[in-house]
Amino acid sequence: MSSDVRFVDFKSDKQPTWCPGCGDFGTMNGMMKALAETGNDPDNTFVVAGIGCSGKIGTYMHSYALHGVHGRALPVGIGVKLANPDLEVMVAGGDGDGFSIGAGHFVHAVRRNVDMSYVVMDNRIYGLTKGQFSPTSREDFETATSPDGTGMPPINPLALAYASGATFIAQSFSSDSQRHTELVKEAIEHDGFGFVNVYSPCVTFNDVDTYDYFRDSLVDLSETDHDPNDPADAKSKILEGDKEYMGILYQDEDSVAWNERQGIDENMADIPDGAPEDAMDLVREFY
Amino acid sequence: MPEDLNWAIGGEAGDGIDSTGKIFAQALSRAGRHVFTSKDFASRIRGGYTAYKIRTSVDRVESVVDRLDILIALTERTIHENEDELHEGSVIIYDGERSTMQDVEVPEGTHAMTVPLKRLAEDAGGAIMRNVVALGAACQVANFPIENLDEALAKRFGDKGEAIIENNEQAARLGQEYVAENYDLDTDYDLETTDNDYVLLNGDEAIGMGAIAAGCRFYSGYPITPATDVMEYLTGRIEQYGGAVVQAEDELSAVNMALGAARAGARSMTATSGPGIDLMTETFGLVATTETPLVICDVMRSGPSTGMPTKQEQGDLDMLLYGGHGEIPRFVVGPTTVSECFWKTVEAFNLAEQYQTPVFLVSDLALAVTEQTFPPEAFDMDEVEIKRGNVVEEDEIDSWLDEQGRFQPHFPTADGVSPRAFPGTTDGAHMTTGLEHDSLGRRTEEEEVRVEQVDKRNRKVQTAKEEEDWDYREFGDSDADTLVISWGSNEGAMREALEFLDEDGHDVRFISVPYLFPRPDLTDEVDAAEDVIVVECNATGQFADVLEHDVLERVERINKYTGVRYKADELAEDVAAAIAGDADSTQEVEAE
Repeated sequence: MSSDVRFVDFKSDKQPTWCPGCGDFGTMNGMMKALAETGNDPDNTFVVAGIGCSGKIGTYMHSYALHGVHGRALPVGIGVKLANPDLEVMVAGGDGDGFSIGAGHFVHAVRRNVDMSYVVMDNRIYGLTKGQFSPTSREDFETATSPDGTGMPPINPLALAYASGATFIAQSFSSDSQRHTELVKEAIEHDGFGFVNVYSPCVTFNDVDTYDYFRDSLVDLSETDHDPNDPADAKSKILEGDKEYMGILYQDEDSVAWNERQGIDENMADIPDGAPEDAMDLVREFY
Repeated sequence: MPEDLNWAIGGEAGDGIDSTGKIFAQALSRAGRHVFTSKDFASRIRGGYTAYKIRTSVDRVESVVDRLDILIALTERTIHENEDELHEGSVIIYDGERSTMQDVEVPEGTHAMTVPLKRLAEDAGGAIMRNVVALGAACQVANFPIENLDEALAKRFGDKGEAIIENNEQAARLGQEYVAENYDLDTDYDLETTDNDYVLLNGDEAIGMGAIAAGCRFYSGYPITPATDVMEYLTGRIEQYGGAVVQAEDELSAVNMALGAARAGARSMTATSGPGIDLMTETFGLVATTETPLVICDVMRSGPSTGMPTKQEQGDLDMLLYGGHGEIPRFVVGPTTVSECFWKTVEAFNLAEQYQTPVFLVSDLALAVTEQTFPPEAFDMDEVEIKRGNVVEEDEIDSWLDEQGRFQPHFPTADGVSPRAFPGTTDGAHMTTGLEHDSLGRRTEEEEVRVEQVDKRNRKVQTAKEEEDWDYREFGDSDADTLVISWGSNEGAMREALEFLDEDGHDVRFISVPYLFPRPDLTDEVDAAEDVIVVECNATGQFADVLEHDVLERVERINKYTGVRYKADELAEDVAAAIAGDADSTQEVEAE
């Protein structure tokens, strides 16, 4: 790992096709900075992306990367990390990818606590399909497929993570570059599954959850007396429905990643050029 | 025909039928006899009829037959369930003191042998050993030296301590002595022993062992009958070789984890059955288009939907050959015997990595639950070859970079096989995607690039067709007018059927096909035969359809896959070219 890696090394030469002003620009820049500042380089980093505007991120970043099927980015990331724990694995997706079609995987990836980070670009809307409601859309949010609102409460991603036994829960805002980068760095350095929900506004299809809205409503937890290591404190903040927080909501300081606890520490790509030496023992077991 | 003996123990699920049967099968195997087992079972933990059946002979046995010589019946229903297989001289061992079995009537001509299984087991130390008492009784009936049971009992109860093993040995002897003292049957069953050395395993275990031998280090799966034994075999063993088994939250996750591990460079696998294949199909196109080597094992069972989870069927062939939207280059390999489950698994991993494609390893319930004896040399690990394909080492990476120094994971080579750089390789960083992509792995909709990439993926299949052996296995009379063709587990039954047919004066050539795609071209064989019969465990004849397709006269083809629809003038031109016999008419896809 070279120490002089800069964040632009993680940038590909492909120009993003996100709408001008999209929150995903800031979200991605923070991810690249965080990777560079935590001593990673593109050749030891694997980025997995799902489907949606957020899913394009693998194309705009330079690293090993896979852009997979809708909602399944987390299992891919888990497979990569377990097969080669030396790699830095970062999974990126949107609120639809993570909390709708991929909600089942989210819950179980949180539980499994593999050493990786998960950055969700939460814009509370489906952008790529041109403006339908998402699982984090407000109940009264009117879209082409919800003319009278969704009639359903939005998913609270932080609460879903907490209920699933998360060891690291953070929330950031794409236009607060410094804090966003810091939080993604914390997620990378966390020994386990580092989840960062990023408010990443859609300037084209969401006129409710806007930059202005988040700027006005976000409370930075680092400026409060919030103790992220205190489960009771975390729980009450996470469940406060009418407040938007930025910062680390919860972190289990004693977390040890599942892969470490399972003793999974080898690069599985390295195998002998024939059957393992003592493989006849496997046959003899069947006597 | 082998001089065989057919033995079974049956009762309710939860009665320990399986483990008791396994003890007897192992005892026979250790005594140098060949064994072929089968199971009747239901998909539940307790209750419901279940049986473990053993066919044994000094010669190899490849199938079950419809005959039962010795039956241990723990319930009355067991006798009724097997009525058709019992015959004049069959011996039925049961506990006549059991309240539910005091008035049992056995079929005419069979010998009822009541043995107080529970009472004798209690004498030996506990009622739980009643099945072992029955095993001892069966040894006496079959004239099988009871010492042969001891090793199998030690293996089964080894972790429970010496006292438990001794009690079981004693229980078996009480059963044996009871029969010796109380019955003088006029049967000539004689299980002679030999010095031969056999191992006993089922198809799922053979697949699991094949995976480890082949260097598989990552397995993710979701439990499903009858594939779960693959996962259970690997659990606790693959770790010893630096690998891991992950039980995922569902099949969608399982196949994506396996895909991730394969992208990281691991030989990676998942196994499931039809319902799981349905779910995983979502990801197969991604595996193929990202050119990720992955082995997906389908241990087929009866469908559709939940179907009959514990029953045999070969109903997934169409899905494996054609499933998924778009066109997915893939290989489908189908072992035909338990030992071939091992070798075809090894081959599947090589094919997957050499051609960077999904490889379906299709087995079936009959192979999965059959425990069969083999000499250990049948799994000679020195014969295992590992072929990893075009993996680029760090010092070779330069030759695969474009002018701007970017690695090209989908470079359109002459044989279609692109370079593969494992993550961590310096200067190898690259992306890939389920979107159509260019040689750099980046999204494109350019017609020329699209066509180039489709062609290069299909070229791998063509290369494989030319480079690899896609042989069939042949039995019987090669000059016979009758040709029987089958795939999967039918091979064993058909091989023995040849002997029955021969006795009745039928000459038959039998071809067993282990490669479903690519597959051997059987045109000449079909042409040479007067009658061609395709045998398979399904209702519609899926493999028969495929063979009929293969031997059909060829039609001309016009194809377009640029992503743009046909235009009238263009189509007229293409058709005219085809009429004129322009062989290149099918190549009109090259973007104009």
